[in-house]
Amino acid sequence: MSVEVKKMDAVERYTASAEKIIARNKNSFLSQLQSEAKVKLSEMKFPTLKTEEWKYTNLKRLLSSELIHSSEIDEITITSDDVEKCKFNNFEHYLLVFVNGVFNEELSDYEELKNEIVISTILKAAEKDKKLIESYFSKIAVNKTAFDHLNLANFTDGLFIKIPNGKILRKPIQILYISDGKGDMTFTPFRNLFVVGENSETSIIQKYVGQDGSKYFNNISTEIFIGQNGIMNIYKVELENEDSYHINKTDVTQSRDTQFNHFNFTFGGKLIRNDINTELDGENIECTLNGLYIGNGNQHIDNNTYINHAKPHSTSNELYKGILDGSSRGVFCGKILVDRDAQLTNAYQNNNTIILSDTATVDTKPQLEIYADDVKCTHGATVGQLDETALFYILSRGIPRDKAKSMLINAFAESVVDSVKIEGLRDEINSLIYEHLNRDNVL
Amino acid sequence: MISIKNLKAKIDGKEILQGINLEVNAGEVHAIMGPNGSGKSTLANVLTGHEKYEPTGGEVIFNGKNLLDLSPEDRAREGLFLGFQYPVEIPGVSNATFLQTAINEIHKYNNEAELTPKEFLDRMKEKAKVVGMDNSLISRSVNTGFSGGEKKKNEIFQLLMLNPKLAILDETDSGLDIDALRVVSNGVNEFRNENNAVILVTHYQRLLDYIVPDFIHVIYQGEIIKSGGKELALELEAKGYDWITNGEA
Repeated sequence: MSVEVKKMDAVERYTASAEKIIARNKNSFLSQLQSEAKVKLSEMKFPTLKTEEWKYTNLKRLLSSELIHSSEIDEITITSDDVEKCKFNNFEHYLLVFVNGVFNEELSDYEELKNEIVISTILKAAEKDKKLIESYFSKIAVNKTAFDHLNLANFTDGLFIKIPNGKILRKPIQILYISDGKGDMTFTPFRNLFVVGENSETSIIQKYVGQDGSKYFNNISTEIFIGQNGIMNIYKVELENEDSYHINKTDVTQSRDTQFNHFNFTFGGKLIRNDINTELDGENIECTLNGLYIGNGNQHIDNNTYINHAKPHSTSNELYKGILDGSSRGVFCGKILVDRDAQLTNAYQNNNTIILSDTATVDTKPQLEIYADDVKCTHGATVGQLDETALFYILSRGIPRDKAKSMLINAFAESVVDSVKIEGLRDEINSLIYEHLNRDNVL
Repeated sequence: MISIKNLKAKIDGKEILQGINLEVNAGEVHAIMGPNGSGKSTLANVLTGHEKYEPTGGEVIFNGKNLLDLSPEDRAREGLFLGFQYPVEIPGVSNATFLQTAINEIHKYNNEAELTPKEFLDRMKEKAKVVGMDNSLISRSVNTGFSGGEKKKNEIFQLLMLNPKLAILDETDSGLDIDALRVVSNGVNEFRNENNAVILVTHYQRLLDYIVPDFIHVIYQGEIIKSGGKELALELEAKGYDWITNGEA
């Protein structure tokens, strides 16, 4: 008698993984949501190159990999020296450290912050203030693809932050997400939930760093709710290692008079997909989505943004810039929807990419859907090489070609880097640009 | 200092320079004038090594070296400077970083010691004063957000900082108001001495009231068709170019 061993497909694999996770979850509210997500996942298919929103990103290798849920692997040792190397050091901040999705109190440094804001893991928050979690958790996220359901069904914990009304945080919060794996692909589904109070102001740095030599898949969902007149600045810096997959979705709901500034800096990672969806659900909202992607080697970096102008009198600004070297590939899809009621909307979108090699490529797809008649909306996309005239100008001063190119790379990235409000972070980003393109810092 | 013999060059396949001959010695200022499209800017760009301009004949000897064999950066290190007609903005790179990098590279090439930060800053302050630029300029990005006049002043500031042997100024006077023109001219006069030379490429005789040249050359259809002393400028102003270009001279 022959036994046929059927290889599980991705949906079966992630559904099976979810079953184990849900069985362990003692929180009835969360496990209920997870069970529902698992059922939905089992009925779905993962996006393919035929799926419009994913047509430039091939997921075959990720989805055919065997995986180990990070909660199943032995403890990973990360030392304070590792943290020192991984975190940004040249500006003041509070520090929260997660290792493979698990909060590490010892490595974190946020004593003062405990008295200022509510900060805990999602599981603890769900036990402590059930009502609060019930009113926000998984309410902001737009659940459309298999990744959304696999994340919810498989997550074991996450970070919950609530900024009280009127709280102005003087220092930014740096959240360091360190990934390390053993053997096969380590799978870490993770969730962030940030509830931002009225009239408050907060800056958060989300830094994703991978330890060398590990293979992993990070699947992250971040939900942000911003109360009236609140300000939230998010600086997402992706420095995953060269064997990693990183699929990241940020869903935001903005109330009236709020400001949301999101910066997406992508350096490391084998395949990175960022989705940012913002719902401008009120008047007088400002939403800025800026991004800088630096590709090298065989990296694939896919940025998707969606801004929904639902109400009148709001402004969105979007600037994504890319520098692609080696055989890297970049994708930018930016959709802006202006609802019929959203009169006097201003929406500006720009995507510029510079290609440094013969083999790097980019696909860019701006998309405007406008149903209101009194709006100002513009979009533009450019792809090119370094400006020859500018290069000649620098050479003609005696500066060598390589340094001249580095100066122009800096000049190109400057409009995005300069919009970073934390000075020390600007310097770090500039250094990372050069480091990632294997160039000397010329500044 | 520079000896140009029968120089021919083309851009986009079109022959612009048809055989230029020019000798410039240390201590001299030469003005090159001529109507639009005559090849003035092409000459400036060919001499400094812009890739778009392709030399197709003749030779240029600069300080005993065959200039056309050198890369643009090496030409600069040998002591050649081009003041650009349209200076380029380089956001994110400060004037200080830009000039310090340039000076150190030029010194390295010539086996000279690098400037200390103090020497550099002192020179920066001294030269900025000549062109009336304030100290905040040091930290500002190269030409970024500068007005047309400020950009031209910055070219002269760079000239004074780099202190080359030969300065080619390509329409540095174009688009300047009279005050800016004075500042720019003053900078050039401050620069000139018996060991260096200046080639002024210009449209307007007005510049030559402030920077008095030793020689004036009229370029037309890619050739120098008339040369003379500074009095030629007055004649050009009075009669225009037609009397030369129509072959009446």
